[in-house]
Amino acid sequence: MAGTNRWDHELIFELVDPCSSVLDLGCGDGELLARLIAEKQVRGQAVEADHKQVSSALQKGVAVYEGDLNRGLPEFNSKSFDYVILEKTLQVLRRPMLVLEEMLRIGSKCMVSFPNFNYRGVVEKLLKTGRMPVTDGLPYQWHDTPNIHLFTLYDFIDWITDHRVEIIEGFASRASGHRPLVLPADSTGAEEVLFLLKR
Amino acid sequence: MTDPLNASLEKKNGYDYPGSPRSVGWTRPGRVLLADRTNPLPLDCGDSFYPVTVEYETYGRLSPAKDNAVFIIHALSGDAHAAGWDADWEKDNRPWRRDRPGWWDHMIGPGKAFDTDRYFVICANMLGSCYGTTGPWEINPASGKPYALSFPVVTVEDWVRLQVRLQDYLEIDRLLAVAGGSLGGQQALAWAINYPHRIRSAIVLAASARLGAQGLAFNAVGRQAIMNDPFFRDGNYYEGKPPAGGLELARKLGHITYLSNRSMEGKFGRRFQNGSKPCYRLDQEFSVESYLEHQGRSFVQRFDANSYLYMTRAMDYYDAAGAAGGDLNKACAGIGGDLLLIAYSSDWLYPPRETRTIARAMLANNRPVSFIEIPSDYGHDAFLLETDQTTPLIESFLKRCNR
Repeated sequence: MAGTNRWDHELIFELVDPCSSVLDLGCGDGELLARLIAEKQVRGQAVEADHKQVSSALQKGVAVYEGDLNRGLPEFNSKSFDYVILEKTLQVLRRPMLVLEEMLRIGSKCMVSFPNFNYRGVVEKLLKTGRMPVTDGLPYQWHDTPNIHLFTLYDFIDWITDHRVEIIEGFASRASGHRPLVLPADSTGAEEVLFLLKR
Repeated sequence: MTDPLNASLEKKNGYDYPGSPRSVGWTRPGRVLLADRTNPLPLDCGDSFYPVTVEYETYGRLSPAKDNAVFIIHALSGDAHAAGWDADWEKDNRPWRRDRPGWWDHMIGPGKAFDTDRYFVICANMLGSCYGTTGPWEINPASGKPYALSFPVVTVEDWVRLQVRLQDYLEIDRLLAVAGGSLGGQQALAWAINYPHRIRSAIVLAASARLGAQGLAFNAVGRQAIMNDPFFRDGNYYEGKPPAGGLELARKLGHITYLSNRSMEGKFGRRFQNGSKPCYRLDQEFSVESYLEHQGRSFVQRFDANSYLYMTRAMDYYDAAGAAGGDLNKACAGIGGDLLLIAYSSDWLYPPRETRTIARAMLANNRPVSFIEIPSDYGHDAFLLETDQTTPLIESFLKRCNR
């Protein structure tokens, strides 16, 4: 959703085991899942709310269900996928916590990536200009942004701690590239974060 | 350079003409006996029915491995002539086919959604219809008279059972896809549920697992219009004047359900038929009235009233979850191949939310499914009209299934 940097895209591709099952929520144009199916022989299903994106993903040969994540995913069985992916989508959801809970129910493992609002580049811009920051990672004006829930790395970790969720791995995208997450440095140093989670 | 004369022949009235590179060209129907005394067709109503002749057409070439066959299934008033130009229209006394190609010609042909350069396309007329497959208009060999209302009540599942016989006759073990819209989409779904091992995939357009009460009501009134026509005479009208007025009325009613409020507003609005002022009369005054009149009139030239009764009844009866005690999830548990469900936003006969229930049932069974709701103002008719939006979806789906 946010930004043009696909570092998480590549990392997710690497992290997924071959021949596993993958549910991609908010699959966009379906590029990631199409690649996972073609190159890693995964069993894939995607869900996407935007009609045009559904059409694009279908044309890439991905099985896509047009649906709104904010309604939850009651039709999916518990632990029915090895991975559930939510790539830079959490911040656009009306009910992000419901979706996270559903992901943890449906997937053995979950991958979630999001922009960190406490990233130095964002905060400095905010303090310096006194206006909502527009960056590569958050490229929208305040009035046309789809990002309705802006939060920080620590906000997310708080939620995880309070909800019996286990972090398997974490990754930070920094100006110098991405690396395994380091705290507290990445609280301000990570522009975007990717977590591999399970419950 | 395109030869101007040839170009005009290729495309006229928006149709691809027989010589056009995008047309399957001239077609001739095939007819085959698929049920006889020794091998009658078991029907849901309990009858073992024979003889049954099926009219069908094919386009494209069956691959040596016989793995590229796509079975197209028509809707309520359709026929086996899905694409191309009927070379036998005069011989078979089907003048309405003279000036127009098959009913899905813009979707079936070289380079089209159902690409006849790649796929072997089959389409067959349904049992009880009036286009060459056995129906109430045909002479019952036991009595020497037309079946009329002694024809057995048939169901969607009966139709599919007969289509399976055609598949066997054509010696195809597994169809690459079955595809249809509306009542044809319900048959495609019935294939997926009842014969999963015989198909690789199913494409269901503008159809749901069952018709709602509103749809049942429209069908009931349509049938009553036919049966209340003084010429109906309990269906025994074949030697005299047919119940054209009743059939016309039924068709008009049907047409209202195929359009959307918005498409009717856009197409007709409150426009007067003649000029801009009312004529203060009770017959056709508004242009929407003359549209329905035209639809009704042209329909009675080509359709049999008894067939209309049987086809709508089958449409009423179909319930994908019926055999599973009303549990759609259970009904879909055995679907093995890929399923593509396409709904159209303004369709209120088979509304998208109903099509979505099929998708949800697939997901509940951990089965992959594709479901898309195409924005369209055309109502139920969108499955015949939204070619540009539907074509790339079907193209890519078939390619994926063919991998």
